[in-house]
Formats: sequence, C-alpha cells, structure tokens
Amino acid sequence: MSVRYGLLALLAEAPTHGYQLKTAFERRTGSSWALNIGQVYTTLQRLERDGLVEAASSGGDRRDYRITGAGRTQLEAWFATPVVPEGPSRDELTIKVLLAVAASDVDVTEVLQRQRTASVEQLQAYTRRKAQADPEKDLAFLILLDALIFRTEAEVRWLDASEARIRHVTRPRKEAAR
Amino acid sequence: MTTLVQLEGATRWFGSGHTEVVALHPTDLSVAAGELVAIMGPSGSGKTTLLSLVGGLDRPSRGRVIVAGQDVGALNPRGLAVLRRRTVGYVFQDLNLLSGLTARENVSLPLELDGRSPGEARTAAEAVLASVGLTELGDRFPDDLSGGEQQRVAIARALVGGRRIVLADEPTGALDSITGESVMRLLRAHCNEGGTGILVTHDAAHAAWADRVVFLRDGRIVDEARPAPSPEFTASASRPELATSGSDAA
Repeated sequence: MSVRYGLLALLAEAPTHGYQLKTAFERRTGSSWALNIGQVYTTLQRLERDGLVEAASSGGDRRDYRITGAGRTQLEAWFATPVVPEGPSRDELTIKVLLAVAASDVDVTEVLQRQRTASVEQLQAYTRRKAQADPEKDLAFLILLDALIFRTEAEVRWLDASEARIRHVTRPRKEAAR
Repeated sequence: MTTLVQLEGATRWFGSGHTEVVALHPTDLSVAAGELVAIMGPSGSGKTTLLSLVGGLDRPSRGRVIVAGQDVGALNPRGLAVLRRRTVGYVFQDLNLLSGLTARENVSLPLELDGRSPGEARTAAEAVLASVGLTELGDRFPDDLSGGEQQRVAIARALVGGRRIVLADEPTGALDSITGESVMRLLRAHCNEGGTGILVTHDAAHAAWADRVVFLRDGRIVDEARPAPSPEFTASASRPELATSGSDAA
C-alpha cells in the first residue's frame, strides 16, 4: 500500500522513470526500505492500469511516468487520512507476556526483565546511529530513527507497567501468607 | 581504563532490628573514565540511594564506595565537601538554580565556594557555558531561560572547574523529548571527552545514550544492557541487486 502512494508522491513532484523512483524512494525513507526494482515496475503498471499515472515519454529504453489528475486526488486523500490500526495487535511479545502471567511455572518478572534488557539494547543501538547522524543532511534518517526509538520506548514502558501491575497484585498476597 | 567510580559490596540500610529496611543490598559496580552509565528501576529500587553514595551525600552502612581513588565512607565532612566541589557534580530534575544569581554566577559559585578568585571563577564559568552552547545567555537570570536552557546551566555548574564525574538524577524529567535529547548529548559529550557520568532515569530512550544500562530491583542489580549490534538500515546500498541495476543505469 505505502509503496503505491510513495511512488505517487514522488511522481507528483516530477515525471520520472522506474529506477529513479526506486533510489528516490529509498533516500526519502532514510534508506530503511530497500525496494526491489521489479516491485517498482509492477506497482507502476498497476497505477497505470488504474489511471493514476500515465506514460510521459518513452525515449529509448526508458519509460517516464507522470501522475494524472485522478492520481493527485488519491494522493491528497491518502495524506489527509490518518493511519488507524484495524484492531489490537497480536504480536508475539504481547502474547508471550499474557501467557507468562497465566502460567504458574513461569517467572513473569524474569520474562519481562529479559525483554526489557533486549529492548534497551536495541534502543542503545538506534541511539548510537542517531548520535552519528547529521541533523540537517540526515533529517529523514533521524525521523525514521525517532519512530523506531519511540516504538521501542513504548514497549519498555509497557513492560514497566506490566511489572508494576503484577507486583501490585502479588505482593499483598505474599505478605498475608507470612 | 581508569576506574573513576567503584562500589565494592556497598550496602545501605536504614533502621535496625525488625524495622530495618535495606535500600541497597551488597552491590558491586565499576565505572571507568569515558563511560556513561544509566540506572533504571521502579520507585524504591535503590537508584537514588546508589547515586547518593557515589556523590558523597550518604555513606554506605557496609562495603566501600571509591570515587576518584578516595574511599567515600572514610572521608570526614570536610573531605566530602571537597570531593563534591572538585570532583563530583550533581544535576537534579528540579534544577536548584539560585534565582537571584545570573546563569554565569550560578555556574561560578561552586568555584568561589572552593576559594578560587572571582576572576578565575568567572573565566572558568564562561568556558563551560560556551561548551554547553550558552555563551550569549550568561547574564540572564534563571527565570528568563527556558527549561532546556536552565538544565544546560545546571550541567555547566556540575562540570565547572573540570569536575570529571557528573551524577544526574532524572535530568530530563521535566523536558520535552527533543530538549531532553540535547541534555543527553551534553552528558554523552562529557563522557566522550574522558569524563564519567551516572544517570538515574525512568526514560528508556534517554537511558539509551549510555554505554551501559544497569537495572535495579528491590535494591539489587538484576541485569545490565549494552548496545545491540548496529542495525543495518543502509544495507540496500551494498546489495548485489542494487549494484547490478546501478551499473545497468550507468
């Protein structure tokens, strides 16, 4: 989905050809998303079939594309629409923690701590890249890193909150047992 | 590498008998020159106790805390005061700048208290204010500075006079994320130049500026994080398919 709109956004600036689109897309996204050139051509064909782009010229072996009026309308609608997740995520970590809480022979605190350490180590790696980046030249890359950092930070906050909730429930019980 | 901070079985308890509360169980930790270490853990896990021991604000009940070669537990109050004025600087969440003094006066105060001449203290304050990017704002009073600027003044005050060890307790707590990041960059720069920093924070994104993140729980170190291998975002540049299509296009 995003490749489709990514190519439309680039073509909205100027007509160009497939290989140029591939490199421009990668540069704009902080080199985080390597595109297969075949994928670019397939997407362009679909966009052309749907009337969102059209051939601008076919000088030699290169075929330039340009965005159509319908393409601009779709692109504007895409930028204007917020991204909303379709339902609660079913990622492995959430499931693992939920099952660990329910299991009697698993030390949940250990599971949480092992994950916390791993997540912070990931954050440290991202932060090292951030420390080396140039605030102006690497703007796209920094914004990408922020996305990864804040997502991972949210994960750590969730682990902290889970641990606090579990302690809140288990502590008084232990004390009462003494 | 020179070890600047060393805890050897450092323990801190309060009260005695059945009212005894152990804030820090026997703890070993060693921090070298050039290292930034972050301490994370829930409230009451012993973070601030550990920081207070290193800063000479408190003494261990048992074990040793050695800071820049000196056994903190063995120092008399005068010795502790000298350690705090010359070797260890503190940065707190609530900045504790004196509102009646300008930024420069706040920064030069520790040196004047240490007996340096006002001229010498002023020169040193200006140098360190420049290093935190506040050359222009030395004459401002704290109330006329933004939160981020005030925190940079507090860092300058902690570092002034060449203090090598900076201890920071939630230094980014009240700041927005980008301003908080600029504070972390300063602490990082201090350590990259051979200083040492120990930081207490609940914010994982800021802790991630550290070389090591130590996790405390119930007064014990339970784990430690070191940077994962660097993620390969730019892998595409070295992928054969790109090299091939690159040469095709050329």
